[in-house]
Amino acid sequence: MKNYLVLQTKILNNYKILSFMKNYETVFILNPVLSEEQMKDTVAKFVQVLKDGEANIINEEQWGLKKLAYPIQHKSTGFYNLVEFEANPELVDKLETEFRRDEAIMRFLTVSLDKHAIEYNEKRRKGAFRKDKKKAKEEAAS
Amino acid sequence: MTLMNEPVNRNENKNKYCRFKKNGIKYIDYKDPDFLLKFVNEQGKILPRRITGTSLKFQKKVSQAVKRARHLALLPYVTDSLK
Repeated sequence: MKNYLVLQTKILNNYKILSFMKNYETVFILNPVLSEEQMKDTVAKFVQVLKDGEANIINEEQWGLKKLAYPIQHKSTGFYNLVEFEANPELVDKLETEFRRDEAIMRFLTVSLDKHAIEYNEKRRKGAFRKDKKKAKEEAAS
Repeated sequence: MTLMNEPVNRNENKNKYCRFKKNGIKYIDYKDPDFLLKFVNEQGKILPRRITGTSLKFQKKVSQAVKRARHLALLPYVTDSLK
């Protein structure tokens, strides 16, 4: 396994000379049956996959337990996670195979970001949008 | 009092416009289901351009965003009582 990883990083290093970095963001939904520790471990695992692939993690967000709009695998809630990163395009495939292998992942979506999206996400991170307003309202209410 | 019907003021809101062009919005976020709710009907179907007035360029982005949101279960594929 270790040899395999070394080999892969070697391949990636070779690619690095040829290829370029792109911005991506990925949202994945974790099974709500997991304990909190298992959730943290799973998230950490995927972040580690990205780091091993020499990606720059820009942002990590946990939206917490949310109600799903329709049941997935007979579950009506899910634990949403968001990761923004900058990586070689080859890494996305690797990440997605990992997602498919992991049974704790109910859904995932990786999207490449164009310049407008990057701009938007920067603003979002600073809390310029509605979601934060809502949060602020909730905080004010509570 | 006459038996004629009162004329309905149809000139109000006659001109449709693209809200994205008007407000300078360049990116439509699929992670924000509350916003996307404006572009779907009660059954969760995407509303046509002729109703929302969105330009073609942004209608494509809206539909892409709605479809992504559906995949992530932020919006339903089918329902009866959205809104």
